[in-house]
Amino acid sequence: MSQVQMRDRPHVPWWNEPKNRGYVYQGLLFIVLAFFAYEAVTNASNNMRARGIPTDFSFWNKTAGFDVNLTLIEYSAAASTYGQAFWVGLLNTLLVAVVSIVFATIVGFAIGIARLSNNWIVAKLATVYVETLRNIPLLLQLLFWYNAVLKPLPNPRDALAVPKITFLVPEFAPTVICLALGLGGWLITRRARLIEGVAVIIANAFGSLLMLAALGVWLFGGSGVASVLGQGVVAFGGKAGIYLHNRGLIFPEVHLTDSAWMMGAALLAAIAGAIAFRVWARRVQRSTGEQQPVGLVATILIIGLPLLAYFAAGAPASFALPELRGFNFVGGTRILPEFAALMFGLALYTASFIAEIVRGGILSVSKGQTEAANALGLTRAQGLKLVVVPQAMRVIIPPLTNQYLNLTKNSSLAVFIGYPDLVQVFAGTVLNQTGAAVQVIAITMAVYLVISLVTSFVMDIYNKRMSLVER
Amino acid sequence: MAASSLIKTTPVTNDIAVEISGMHKWYGEFHVLRDVNLTVRRGEKIVICGPSGSGKSTMIRCINRLEEHQKGSIVVDGIPLTNDLKRIDEIRRDVGMVFQHFNLFPHLTVLENCTLAPIWVRKMPQKQAEEIAMHYLSRVKIPDQALKYPGQLSGGQQQRVAIARSLCMSPKIMMFDEPTSALDPEMVKEVLDTMVQLAQDGMTMLCVTHEMGFARQVADRVVFMDRGEIVEVNTPNEFFSNPQHERTKLFLSQILH
Amino acid sequence: MSDQTIGNKQVAFVRRDVTGTLPAPIMTRGLPAWLRENMFSTPLSGVLTLSSILLVVWIVPDMFRYLFTDAIWSAADGAPCRAPGAGACWAYVGAKFEYFMYGSYPRSQTWRVNLTLVIGAVLILWLLLPQAKKKGLAALMFFVVYPVAAFFLLRGLDGVLSLVETNLWGGVLVSLLVAAVGIVVSLPLGVLLALGRRSQLPFVKFFCVLFIEFVRGVPLITVLFMANTMLPLFVPQEWTPDRMLRPLIGVSLFAAAYMAEVVRGGLQAMPKGQFEGAMALGLSYWQMMRLIILPQALTTVIPGIVNSFIALFKDTTLVAIVGIFDFLRTVETARLDPVWAGPTISTTGYVFAAIFYWVFCFAMSRYSQMLETKLAAGRRR
Repeated sequence: MSQVQMRDRPHVPWWNEPKNRGYVYQGLLFIVLAFFAYEAVTNASNNMRARGIPTDFSFWNKTAGFDVNLTLIEYSAAASTYGQAFWVGLLNTLLVAVVSIVFATIVGFAIGIARLSNNWIVAKLATVYVETLRNIPLLLQLLFWYNAVLKPLPNPRDALAVPKITFLVPEFAPTVICLALGLGGWLITRRARLIEGVAVIIANAFGSLLMLAALGVWLFGGSGVASVLGQGVVAFGGKAGIYLHNRGLIFPEVHLTDSAWMMGAALLAAIAGAIAFRVWARRVQRSTGEQQPVGLVATILIIGLPLLAYFAAGAPASFALPELRGFNFVGGTRILPEFAALMFGLALYTASFIAEIVRGGILSVSKGQTEAANALGLTRAQGLKLVVVPQAMRVIIPPLTNQYLNLTKNSSLAVFIGYPDLVQVFAGTVLNQTGAAVQVIAITMAVYLVISLVTSFVMDIYNKRMSLVER
Repeated sequence: MAASSLIKTTPVTNDIAVEISGMHKWYGEFHVLRDVNLTVRRGEKIVICGPSGSGKSTMIRCINRLEEHQKGSIVVDGIPLTNDLKRIDEIRRDVGMVFQHFNLFPHLTVLENCTLAPIWVRKMPQKQAEEIAMHYLSRVKIPDQALKYPGQLSGGQQQRVAIARSLCMSPKIMMFDEPTSALDPEMVKEVLDTMVQLAQDGMTMLCVTHEMGFARQVADRVVFMDRGEIVEVNTPNEFFSNPQHERTKLFLSQILH
Repeated sequence: MSDQTIGNKQVAFVRRDVTGTLPAPIMTRGLPAWLRENMFSTPLSGVLTLSSILLVVWIVPDMFRYLFTDAIWSAADGAPCRAPGAGACWAYVGAKFEYFMYGSYPRSQTWRVNLTLVIGAVLILWLLLPQAKKKGLAALMFFVVYPVAAFFLLRGLDGVLSLVETNLWGGVLVSLLVAAVGIVVSLPLGVLLALGRRSQLPFVKFFCVLFIEFVRGVPLITVLFMANTMLPLFVPQEWTPDRMLRPLIGVSLFAAAYMAEVVRGGLQAMPKGQFEGAMALGLSYWQMMRLIILPQALTTVIPGIVNSFIALFKDTTLVAIVGIFDFLRTVETARLDPVWAGPTISTTGYVFAAIFYWVFCFAMSRYSQMLETKLAAGRRR
């Protein structure tokens, strides 16, 4: 390095001055871009005029004249406009995105945590899930769900009926026996911690088997062992009113009576109560140190209050069972196979990415953090709740949001299986009928752009607030 | 050993803080701790030294069950260590530990780091926990940093917060796992000063450290470990001036030249 | 053993005997330890182990039967596959294999496709294998010479090779073509965009940010729609681009925006000293980037680059929306052939396609993981 001399350069030609060079580069780029833009606009307007393609947005208010098989707002082929078709498509996109996001999050977190499990089999199964699903194109998975799983289902007349699940009153003797066996199994595995030698594994395996068997027999009964013990608690039989066939999933329609609002109100009250309880519990803890079972109370409130209201209002909901009339079902609510396939595909595919994010987030919290928490006397659960999870979530949330955005954008693959989302309805049918390619594609892109930009704006704020303070 | 660990012993108040007898530990096939016997009396200060990989850290990590031992017994404050999770939690409450890499919780302020365990484990009102925390933060001479985050502090300050955090649980025993090894040289003194002060207050201490000056000044006994076993134990005076074992001599010649 | 006592009398202890290494108790080594740690560490773990075993026993044998023992390996038409209880219809894959590989490319000319693929594979191996030499030459061959050669080889050259119009191209050929073009174009373009985004020239920076954020904000399908319907409008009618070219442009631009973000990550991770050092040497901007910064920055983000190749490869399936017969589209078309149509045909086709994509993507992801470990080890040193 020392050989390099700092030559003094008194005379620099103007084109070698970095600042001037910058201007030149930018000017060139601007001229090139402007030229292309100008050419594109003139060509486009010439071409569009020559082909009779509309150049304005007047199509927006014209009658659409086509049907859509899933509409969340009032829509009919004869009366509705292309503008309304746009809203139908957008709402369908948001519907499938939101539902898929919920499922993807649940599955993704479960798989991600399973991958870190001490349990070898569980971890391996989770790995197989992740490595399989994320390395196969989403489109292939969608087509598989739609064409290989849902479409080959029998037609409505031979629909697969989900059997009704009846909960029987537990019989005394089998309950006691199963309870005793299960408890025995649990005690054996608990106790096994304190013994040494190979006996531990035998005890553990035996205890686990006992627990599993006791639970199975108690719930389902039915076979060999159970005939000695009697019937299980759960019985399958008859039809639950849920049918699977190649035109969708049919399940009972819920009819609400006038007093049904009480249930909604009870649910809201329960949520408010749970929040209030948590606030109160924190205050009590702050002043006296006493801890309250917040989770337990909240669960009881949120399940119990609406249930109480249900009976208090005199069972205000009734279920209209779907019936087969001729070739199709009447009554009941239907989930389109297109929706189901898209939802499954998006949720399971995205879950494999979410699982990796969750795993990475948890691994990013060093072992020292857990050790420090344990060394302070915090229990395993407290260490997770107060130390590991808050730190892992900071790492998880930004890429998680990114996955939610990806999922929303990927929902445009709906067009391949005919789910009426924004792209299928608007950039597909509307574009073909009106020919207004430039306008329709611009609007479609703008919608996704707005969703992306708003999300990243919110995430920026979140990141600024949550990033760990460093020197 | 299996039988003895099943016997319930009621904690007795006696003179002994930690008693390790005939303790062995393996990592898989590897025999890391061999026949460790050590009794620590209340108020006693023990410094544990030895070459790296000699099992010093592993030994003290066995005392609060961050590591599991396979043979022999450990009794902490009258409570024998078994696989019983309840007892392990009980022991951990009373045994403070300071780590080489501080392990402060980066998402909590210094004050919250100190109050977390008292609030959730000792079920202490927040105000009281904060008063105690401020008391100990003053003792380690950083009360003015209470509202900062660990990431904003220097290494030495972080380690002093870690000490204060442990003290907030009013432990009966404090363990230090190479508390100054990860520090820049100019910060070692401030941490050692804090530890000396703690020793003068009569705390029972087990310190894994290479700071021989600290050992001379504070330790009641120095324990020398090598290859997983305790090789020599003696008062610091005797230990440094008149080492008995060959391996001790070799080790001292390597670090004290 | 120990000669220390409690009290003040005797505190000293010197080990006289040597404790030999004892064999570990049975529970800390070998299979027993492993079983306890990994299968039965807690009651919940034990129950999970047993449930998982049940799940595997329930699924795997059925899957094995469907894919192997009950599968139809050879048949003249779909009749044997339509028999009840028949498993996967591999005979159908065999019958359609050429179609899956080449689409409607004239069968007499398929050697040209094979040759192109083999040359491509050799060049890629040359580029990817860490121990191979002369990477610069390989890059030049792959990014400049190969695309031109491949174009003439596939499409034909007046008087030498007969012309094969792009509308006959299909199958694996097209999938790999889209992926290859995407890679060859997106990498340099992505580097330029990334440099532009970090540039101090406001207009350049503005344009690059606008482009990157726009493309990353919209789904690939809308980009393909745009390329397909709007590109022909933007140019004079006589220049209307080839139907195969349009999605290639769309995919390349799309991939470039993602590539730019990966490269930007590498540039940001470069220590400031590298820039300062290069400038102190009196290097110009382009010299500095070419000689000092980019080689390092790109090396650190190779795993990220490979990951975006994986995403790109999976995304090639979407070109079917604008009427291109990529591999998945040929599978999708072939399953409707009445000669073969039957209850197992769809699943067979999809399983075959899944294996194809999975092998490629999994291999790439393993490669990127391998590099990541290697790079991490290098950094630690």
